[in-house]
Amino acid sequence: MAIRVQFENNNEIGAFSKLTNSYCLVAIGGSETFYSVFESELAETIPVIHASLAGCRILGRLSVGNRHGLLVPNSTTDPELQHLRNSLPDAVKIQRVEERLSALGNVIACNDYVALVHPDLDKETEEILADTLKVEVFRQTVASQQLVGSYCALSNQGGIVHPQTTTNDLDELSSLLQIPLVAGTVNRGSDHVGSGMVVNDWCAFCGMDTTSTEISVLENVFKLGEAQPSYITTKMRSSLIDSIS
Amino acid sequence: MEYITVNPPLEKNKILCCQCGVPIEPNVANMCVGCIRTQVDITENIPKQVTIHFCRNCERYFEPPTEWISCTLESRELLSFCLKRLKGLNEVKLVDASFVWTEPHSKRIKVKLTVRAEVMGGAILQQVFIVEYTIANQMCDDCHRSEAQDYWRALVQVRQKAENKKSFYYLEQLILKHKAHENTIGIKPIDGGLDFYYSTEAHGRKMVDFLNSILPCRHQHSKRLISHDIHSNIYNNKYTYSVEIVPISKDSIVCLSKKMTNQLGNISPFCIVNRVTSTIHLIDPNSAQIAEVSSLVYWREPFSAICNPKSLHEYIVMDVEPILDKDRKYFPGQGTISKKHVLADVWVVKASNLGIDDSTIHTRSHLGHILKPGDSVLGYAIGDSNINDVHFEKLSADSIPDVILVKKHYPDRKRRRNWQLKHLNEDLFPYEENDRDYNDFMDDLEEDKEFRQNINIYKSKNVIPVDTDDMEDSGAPHITLEEMLDDLVIDDNENDVEME
Repeated sequence: MAIRVQFENNNEIGAFSKLTNSYCLVAIGGSETFYSVFESELAETIPVIHASLAGCRILGRLSVGNRHGLLVPNSTTDPELQHLRNSLPDAVKIQRVEERLSALGNVIACNDYVALVHPDLDKETEEILADTLKVEVFRQTVASQQLVGSYCALSNQGGIVHPQTTTNDLDELSSLLQIPLVAGTVNRGSDHVGSGMVVNDWCAFCGMDTTSTEISVLENVFKLGEAQPSYITTKMRSSLIDSIS
Repeated sequence: MEYITVNPPLEKNKILCCQCGVPIEPNVANMCVGCIRTQVDITENIPKQVTIHFCRNCERYFEPPTEWISCTLESRELLSFCLKRLKGLNEVKLVDASFVWTEPHSKRIKVKLTVRAEVMGGAILQQVFIVEYTIANQMCDDCHRSEAQDYWRALVQVRQKAENKKSFYYLEQLILKHKAHENTIGIKPIDGGLDFYYSTEAHGRKMVDFLNSILPCRHQHSKRLISHDIHSNIYNNKYTYSVEIVPISKDSIVCLSKKMTNQLGNISPFCIVNRVTSTIHLIDPNSAQIAEVSSLVYWREPFSAICNPKSLHEYIVMDVEPILDKDRKYFPGQGTISKKHVLADVWVVKASNLGIDDSTIHTRSHLGHILKPGDSVLGYAIGDSNINDVHFEKLSADSIPDVILVKKHYPDRKRRRNWQLKHLNEDLFPYEENDRDYNDFMDDLEEDKEFRQNINIYKSKNVIPVDTDDMEDSGAPHITLEEMLDDLVIDDNENDVEME
């Protein structure tokens, strides 16, 4: 189920929150409305944590993470880091990264298995990324945009990328990531899909402007909600066909 | 053998329109054209109904702040005018504009516009719409002034204290020929003259200069302050020029002072006015000596007519005896003597006394070249008339002739006239068929070639060309066909210009 939410009248909710399969970070805002939307949806399953990074609210753009860990930029202060360590589940590793491209959320897009990174990212960061988040790293662009984190949103079920991605690029990325991809928009035609929404394997949040068409695209590709094709037709199909042939 | 590498064409992925879900090529707004159109209206800043002002009198459109322009319906000028009146057109790019037909009397003009604009950061949208112009009537300043009758700035009053209006007929023809009435905004006939109205002082001054160049006259100038602004030093005056034409008409008799005769080559004091153009042409009937008096000379010492054409009598010529050159007296210091006239001794009888009184009157005349016995001639009976003139009284009685012959008389030739004149304005002068002054003026034109060379004469349309033999019978002067102009006739039915 994709839920519409707004952070202080701003639709770019991917900048103010970070959602993974094992935790959710939410920026500290003027009101608790934003937080409570996340809390009501997620509190039963994963911790929803108030946080800030380097005193900024745009923690979604500054950090990158998945089920296994969380990377934060070098500018993160010690108390913030301590707070995160205390709040996050023990299984989640947290790591500070010294990286020139410090907005890690903009330059890295990942799910629990693979990550797309900015072509100019440090070799060391790439190694830390692979070790901490336990992902396979690919240096790629999306629709000729180097800020892959801004222009795509990935979960283990699927992913949405910049609307101007060509069919060839889409096929190539899809085979790299081993998930179905679709080119699409959020927030009534905005192509910043990475910052316009957050997603994990069972839940997605998107900006208040997102139209129903866009939501239906999101629900289809991320396999959210009930109206999904059965497991046999989707997951077992290829293996069945393999065994039959 | 080499492999040919085939680059698959870069194919854009189709995305769903974020509003309606239709698959589209991705664009800047990521919306289909239909949805963009519902979201943004590039013509919202352009008014769809505009009022334009139109003066019904002069059929001009008002172009703010002060211009009035005339243009026909559906013309290029009107289109550019309409587009100029449209606000907000600078925010979009105009691609096309055309008129949509409307009834000419509907007071509506419809213009179909195609505009293009960039919306939502890059997408270019084209839109077609119709703007309706409502034509509102508003009288323009010029018409308003002329309606209010207080629009003139300069007035030229032309006056002549004369017995007949021939000078004005002549003036009218000269104005027509030189198109001097172009800037006139009104001509009003006044007893004893004409008033010409002008919108600026310069036009009035130009008219005065024109009058001075064609007629012997003098003028006076005055101005009246209407209003003034002490802050900007602007004065609003009305200017009046009073032009007085010399009160002498052709065929009058004048009596010159001694001083004047000396100035004019010792001409005899008793002269006939032969012609009045820009100067007064005098001729002495006793010696055929001629003189020209310019307006400057005239106004220095004005003289008046002692006999004017109203008192002309008809005489019948009994005998003519030309005076030979050897019999004539010449004296040193004498002015020019006319070569066109022949001096003759003429014996005449008054037409009214013909058959009653056989005694002939002897006189000397300059008309020897056209008179023959039996002809009818017009003259003044000086001896019988009562003349009050200072200079005339100083003359000795024996130097005054009994009769002075002025011109030959051609009875009843009016209907043979195959030419006509143009007129400024029909109600300016009453050009009735029996108007004596006008007929006299036409006769003068026929008789005097030099007089008519300054004016335009047109062929008459309604007179059938007369047999030339018929013309020669009478011997009356007539205007040759070569001197006449063809009147321009524009035929409305066939829309072409033909020369008749």
